[in-house]
Amino acid sequence: MFRSGSIQSHLTLRDKIFSLDLTLTICIFLIGIISFFAMYSTDGGHFAYHTKSHIIRFIIFFTLFFIISFIKTSFWYSSATLFYLGVLFLLILVKYVGLTSSGSQRWLDLYFLNLQPSELMKIGLILFLAKYYHKISSGDVNKFRYLAQPLLALLFPVILVVTQPDLGTSFLIAVGGVIVVWLAGVKMKFFAYLGGLFLLSAPVAISFLKPYQKSRILTFLDPSRDPLGAGYQITQSKIAIGSGGLFGKGFLDGSQSYLDYLPEKHTDFIFTLFSEEFGFFGSMSILLIYILITWRIVNIGHALRTSFGRLYCYSFATAFFIYVAVNMGMVLGLIPIVGAPLPIMSYGGSSMMAIMIGLGIVMSCKIHKDQALG
Amino acid sequence: MISDSGGGSKIRLIGRRMFILTAAKAVVVFGVVGRLISLQINESKKYKTLSDKNRFREWKFAPPRGVIKDYFDEEIASNEKVFQLHLIPENAENLSALIFRLKNILKMSDKAVSKIQKKIKSQKPWDPVIISDNLTWAEFSRINLFLHELQGVEPIISVARVYREQSSSHVIGYVSKISKRDLQQKNYLANMKAAGMRVGKTGLENKLDSEIIGDIGHKRYEVNAFGKRIKEVSIDQGKNGKSYKTTLDLELQNLSANLLKDKAGAICVMDIYRGDIITMVSSPTFDPNKFVHGINTKDWKELINHRDKPLVNKAISGLYPPGSTIKGLVAISALENDVVNTKMVQQCSGSIELYGEKFHCWKKKGHGFVDMRKAIKESCDVYFYEVARRLGIDRLSETARAYGLGDTMVKGFHEEKTGVVPNTKWKKQRIGKSWYLGETLHSGIGQGYWQTTPMQLCLMTARIANGGYDVEPRIVLGEKSKFSIFAEKKKNPKSLEEFFNSDLSNEFDDTTIDFGYKSLFKNQENINFVKDAFFGATNEPGGTSYGSRLSKKEFMFAGKTGTSQVRRITEKQRELEIKNEDLPYEQRDHALYVAFAPYNDPQYSISVVVEHGGSGSKSAAPIAKKVIKKLLERHPLRQKIHDNYKGEDV
Repeated sequence: MFRSGSIQSHLTLRDKIFSLDLTLTICIFLIGIISFFAMYSTDGGHFAYHTKSHIIRFIIFFTLFFIISFIKTSFWYSSATLFYLGVLFLLILVKYVGLTSSGSQRWLDLYFLNLQPSELMKIGLILFLAKYYHKISSGDVNKFRYLAQPLLALLFPVILVVTQPDLGTSFLIAVGGVIVVWLAGVKMKFFAYLGGLFLLSAPVAISFLKPYQKSRILTFLDPSRDPLGAGYQITQSKIAIGSGGLFGKGFLDGSQSYLDYLPEKHTDFIFTLFSEEFGFFGSMSILLIYILITWRIVNIGHALRTSFGRLYCYSFATAFFIYVAVNMGMVLGLIPIVGAPLPIMSYGGSSMMAIMIGLGIVMSCKIHKDQALG
Repeated sequence: MISDSGGGSKIRLIGRRMFILTAAKAVVVFGVVGRLISLQINESKKYKTLSDKNRFREWKFAPPRGVIKDYFDEEIASNEKVFQLHLIPENAENLSALIFRLKNILKMSDKAVSKIQKKIKSQKPWDPVIISDNLTWAEFSRINLFLHELQGVEPIISVARVYREQSSSHVIGYVSKISKRDLQQKNYLANMKAAGMRVGKTGLENKLDSEIIGDIGHKRYEVNAFGKRIKEVSIDQGKNGKSYKTTLDLELQNLSANLLKDKAGAICVMDIYRGDIITMVSSPTFDPNKFVHGINTKDWKELINHRDKPLVNKAISGLYPPGSTIKGLVAISALENDVVNTKMVQQCSGSIELYGEKFHCWKKKGHGFVDMRKAIKESCDVYFYEVARRLGIDRLSETARAYGLGDTMVKGFHEEKTGVVPNTKWKKQRIGKSWYLGETLHSGIGQGYWQTTPMQLCLMTARIANGGYDVEPRIVLGEKSKFSIFAEKKKNPKSLEEFFNSDLSNEFDDTTIDFGYKSLFKNQENINFVKDAFFGATNEPGGTSYGSRLSKKEFMFAGKTGTSQVRRITEKQRELEIKNEDLPYEQRDHALYVAFAPYNDPQYSISVVVEHGGSGSKSAAPIAKKVIKKLLERHPLRQKIHDNYKGEDV
């Protein structure tokens, strides 16, 4: 980049636009376009509700992505704690005034959209911990006193989300947090302790699981156990993807999804629908775009000089990759069904908003990499 | 300035740990790509099939069975429109409420309802269950009236087997639901499972089943995950079963059945040259239509417990000692083996004695001096005791087998019995005892161990009547038989030379038969002698069936009576001269009669058996007379159709 090495105190809008990462922006846009077609197909080949609102949301949040990119990184750095606490407040609020759907209380009714704060927490926790580890010295990282705060910051939202109940999202929040802690240099032994604790508490946790959650895990272990019940989703998803073959059944010709065999085809199983219609080449293209996005974020992080920037970008890249991997692994029958959306592709405002905010902050770091955090 | 505490070392640590995470990501990518390859490339075929199975639901339906016609194109077994009610369980909103409704509308019994519920549980929710496969028009219209309230129910107009006459129930057989045994025995049924499918159980329905059943039809629908039909994708009407024309004459069947009404017995008629079975009737009969839609317990018990066994085809499964009807055969055997000649005279004083045992003639005061012709004509038992004594049982049994006794002759009828042609070896094997001479004497008049079916007796008579050729019975036109193979050869000469050499003019002339049949005689004069003796028995005063003769020249026939004992007559009973009619039914003699007609130009042979009917001359011969009259009246008609067939099939 021009004037690299020197510290910029002021950037014009033109400068900012020119220093956008082109590959990343194009990849996000591509995924958006692909998601329009996929959504159009889930609507049975009509320009109907899901397609319309998905396109509108993408336009809004893609704009939000640029706005966030152009705001100084120092602003995001300084407001990280506030952001975290704000989302935490919303999570607590959900407990009291949240909307309940299919047995789980996750949403806040904001009139113009139903906000799912747990999605925002995915970003909020990474942001908070990145700032936290930016502030403390590397020598303090493994001191007990400095371990307690991140642990609490992680456990509090995770427990709130688990009890909604929403196993998938709480897992993804936790993973994001653990990654930051791990990258910050916390010793392996602490992770071992935590892992041990988790294993010990697992039997207790299982007893708290709802029957449908237990059956999901059992079904994952043996999908043929109950092919028309809990294993139905995995089985049908595998049939859809497998029957797509090399080139797919063709746009709007995915019989599995068209005939309602796919559950939640516009949210968690959007990849299944796409794979059925566009085959192996289609699924590989999507996977490639997601890998490109991850690689660009890591690359951006690598060029940053601040621990905050690096921690944030690396963590977000990894978390983003995990969201994709968990969703694909789930629809491919590699891991249990946990209810994790595919970033940008899946229908759902909060998830897209969170991802766009996350990507926006990455881009802000890139644009403002030569500016101080203040 | 960057207020970073820790500086460069911290950044390096982050970098190192990020490297590990990147490596882990690579592993995950490999996992996902590997899974995609495995699902979408390696196992794609399997999943494509599964996907199609998801998409399509198939409904199979039974094709109409082929029609069975008689020689004159009268339909004996055909199909009729029936009103059925199908239920597709998954389409019903509330299954138990629906069944309750149907129970009320159709007035079904609790038993029928529980049967249906069992059936629903045993199959896929989208497979139709037949609530009723033969609704009356009233029930059908009542259902249609309520149809809008009966979601999941489908009234269907289908076809089912119907038998218009009961005279041919035994030879045609009947159809019924597929049983486990049918599945084991008939491989072609494996993919024939469809609602309303019927399979042939007996008679021609069973013999012709694999062809007459047709090919199953399919309807394919695309359905969504909830089983709702989206659209019909394809329909395969299946193939109607092949129709068959038989050699039977329905009018003669009806007449014969009528003549045997209220009696137990059988009548067989066949063409002595072609082997065509024209009549095969067994009495009492049953209603085969009852089996098509499932016979009820009461009717079934009635059939099974009936004294006269209506379900048994007595023409091929009823076993009777042939009695005196065998005498022609005994004569032929003795003459052919040069044991006696026709001039041999024997005195009959009513009985003879052998080793202290008394052998009686049916005529208590005896026939006096008889030669062979008179012995056949008047059915002298003493004469044939002597002939049999000289002939021996083994030579007699050989002749009997050659003339068609002791073996199944009608191909493809699993119910046909072989009967028994006794000889020394047979007794040793089956009973384990040596043969006694006295048994030879009994065998000479068709008593003792003999067991024959009416069909066998008819065939035996045919082989005598046609001059001693091994004609074989057939019942389905177009089926390969000795006759049809011969006719084909005659019509398709390999060379001109062969064509001129073949003697087509003599084809249907009984004196110089050359049908490619094997001759059964050494000297045809012996056969002609017996035929003449049969003529005497029917057309000369003193003959046993003189009372049943037809005097019009072209109707004159020749036959032999038979009366077979079902019990041993004790000396005491003989003294008392107990009349047959005074005995309990089960102990009365069977009445038999065999004949061929017309005498001048023999065309047909006939056998009549009336169970416990008394004497052959009184009970069986009069029936035969009526059948023969009708048969000969219809002969020109039959001949005309045959002539028209000559081109393709015989």
